[in-house]
Amino acid sequence: MAETKVVKEEKKVDERKVLLGIQDLRVWFELRRFGFGVAGHVRAVDGVSFELHQGEAIAVVGESGCGKSSLMKTILGLYRPTEGDVEFDGQKISGLERKGLSWYRSQVGYIQQDPYGALPPFMSLQRILEEPLVIGGMRNREERLSRIHKVMGEVKMHPVEDFLAKFPHMLSGGQQQRAVIARAMIREPKLIVADEPVSMLDASVRVEILKLLRGLQETHNLSFIYITHDLSTVKYFSERIMVMYAGKLVEKGPIGKILKNPLHPYTVALMAATSDPDARNADGYKEVPPGEPPSLVNPPAGCRFHPRCARAIQGLCDQQDPPEYEPEMGHQVQCWLYQ
Amino acid sequence: MAAEKLLNIEKLVLHFSTTHGPVQAVDGVDFSLDFHKAVVILGESGCGKTSLAKAILRLLPRNVAQYSGKVWLNGTDVMALNDEEYRQNVRWVGMSMVPQAAMNALNPVIRVGDQVAEPAMIHLGMKKEEALNLAKQMFQHVGVSEDFLVRYPFELSGGMRQRVAIAMALVTSPNLIVLDEPTSALDLLTQANIFNVLKRIKKELGTSFILITHDIATSSELADEVAIMYAGQIVEEGPAKKFFPAPLHPYAHMLMASVPRLRADQDPEFITGQPPSLINLPTNCRFAPRCPKRFAKCDQEPPVVEKDGRKVKCWLYA
Repeated sequence: MAETKVVKEEKKVDERKVLLGIQDLRVWFELRRFGFGVAGHVRAVDGVSFELHQGEAIAVVGESGCGKSSLMKTILGLYRPTEGDVEFDGQKISGLERKGLSWYRSQVGYIQQDPYGALPPFMSLQRILEEPLVIGGMRNREERLSRIHKVMGEVKMHPVEDFLAKFPHMLSGGQQQRAVIARAMIREPKLIVADEPVSMLDASVRVEILKLLRGLQETHNLSFIYITHDLSTVKYFSERIMVMYAGKLVEKGPIGKILKNPLHPYTVALMAATSDPDARNADGYKEVPPGEPPSLVNPPAGCRFHPRCARAIQGLCDQQDPPEYEPEMGHQVQCWLYQ
Repeated sequence: MAAEKLLNIEKLVLHFSTTHGPVQAVDGVDFSLDFHKAVVILGESGCGKTSLAKAILRLLPRNVAQYSGKVWLNGTDVMALNDEEYRQNVRWVGMSMVPQAAMNALNPVIRVGDQVAEPAMIHLGMKKEEALNLAKQMFQHVGVSEDFLVRYPFELSGGMRQRVAIAMALVTSPNLIVLDEPTSALDLLTQANIFNVLKRIKKELGTSFILITHDIATSSELADEVAIMYAGQIVEEGPAKKFFPAPLHPYAHMLMASVPRLRADQDPEFITGQPPSLINLPTNCRFAPRCPKRFAKCDQEPPVVEKDGRKVKCWLYA
C-alpha cells in the first residue's frame, strides 16, 4: 500500500504563527456549603501555559480527574477562566461578547468522546450537519448542501445521499464518529479539539478514525488538540505531548523526546503501565506507583505527585512546588530532580 | 470425560429470539481450560463474547431461542443440572463472575464488606462474623485496606470498587472466575494495578480466569491461552506465547496489526468492512467478505484445523 508513514516527523515549529496562546491559566470551581458560603475550590486547572501553532497537533495526556476536560472546555469557551486567559489568533476569548463568541465558535471544532451521546437521536444526519451552518448565517440552501456534501466526502461517508437521511442509531460506531467529525469540520475551523475521539471504538475501527483525523489535519493545515489517556496512539497523531497531572502540565515536549526519554516520574509510570501485545507481559508484574491521584480541593503541598513518587526528595518535594526546568531544548518538566 | 481439565465446553450454542429473527450470539463454541490458567477471549463489540460468558454461567435473559451444548466443570456435566442445582453447586462455588462495569454492579445502600461477605454466608453457610473475617482476607488479596469494609460504594474510587468486585468473586474460593471487561472503564495506572492483583491471585490462590475483553494489548498481561471470537464463533485458539508473535487466522492477524504500539514504529492497519449481523448468518466462512486471503473454498464452512499446537478455523490451513 502506498500509505505514508504514520509516525509524525518533528517539524520546526518556530516559524509557524501562534494560533492559541495560554498563559498561566487557572480554572477553579467554587464548592459551596448548603448553597451559601464558599467552602473551598476545586482547582481543576492550576497554572497551565502553552502555545499552539497554526497547523500543529498536540496531545494532552492524563488520567481522568486530572483536569484535561476542564482545560479543553475552557479552550472551547464553555468555561470562563478564573485567572489567566486564552488568546486565539491575537484575541482574548474571555472578553468576547455574543458576536465575537459566535465567530470564535466557527473557528473551533469539537469532537466528543462518545459519538452516540453527542448526536441528537431525533435529527437526521442532514439536519445535524445543517444546523451549525444555519446558525452561522449561511442562508442559501444550495450552498449549505454543497458544503455538507463536501465534508461528508472528506470523512469518507459514501454515498452521501444515503447517509443524509439516516438517524444516528442507524449508523455503526465508526460511522457515528465520522458524523461527529463532519460536524466539527463543517464551518471550516482552524482549531479542532478532540476529546478521546477513539476510546469508545473497537480496535479495528480506531486506527481508521485516527488515520482519517490525521489526513484532515494535514490537508487543511488544522491545529489539533488531541486529549487522551492512551499513550500508544499519540505518536501516530501529534508532534508534541503535554502530560497533565492534578491540574498541572508536568511535562511538555516533542513526541520523540518524551517517548524515548521521559523525564517526569509520572510520565515514566504512565509509559511503564502501557502494554504492548506481548505474551511475555504475563510473566512479571508491572511497576505502578501506589495510591490514586490527589483530590483537587486539597492538593498535597509541594509537588502534587510526591505522595506516589518513588524518587521524591524529602524536605523538598513535599514542601515546595517545583518550577519548570528545561533539561533538553524544547523539553520542559516540572520536577525537582532536574534542578 | 477429560477429567484433567477444569473447564470443557463443546458445541455451546446460545441464540436469542428477536422480532427480526434469531440472533446467533454464541454459535457452536468449543474450548477447554486447564487448572491455574487464564484464557483470554478477544473480540470486537457484538461478536458474542459477553453472551459466551453468560452462557457459561447460565445467566440467561428471557428471550433465549436455543441454549444447548456441553459444559463440564471439574468433571461434572453442569448442563445436566437443573436451575436450582446449578445455583447451589456451580454458580459462586464452582465459578463466579466479575460483571462488566463492576463499579456499578455493587449495591449502593449496603456496606461493601457485607456485600463481599454475602455469597460466603449463602453458599458456604457461614455465620456473619466468620464471613466478614473472610471478606477481610479477600480485601487483603486485592489490596484494599480493611478500613474500607464498613464503607459504602460511593465512598470508593472506581479502582477500589473494581477490586471489591473481584474480592466478592473470590470469597467463595471458586476454581474459575469469569472477568467481563474488568478494566475498560478505568485509568491506565489503575488498570495496571488491577492486572497486578489478578496475576498475584492466579499465582497465590491458583484461580483460573476467563478474561473477556476487546483490549488486545492489556489482555496479554494475564493470558496463558488466547481465543479469538468472530461473529459468534471462535476462529483461533492457542497458547499466548505462540499467538501473540504470529497469529494464524487472517482475522486474528489483522486484529493484531490494528493495535497501536508504544514500543514499535510499526504502522497500524485497519480492517475494512464490518462484522456481519448475527441474524441470518451465511453458511460460508463468516470472515470471508472482509478477508484479503479468501479463495474458492471459503464459500463453505471452514473446518477447525490443528496446526502448531493451535486450533484455527480457516481453509488456509486445511
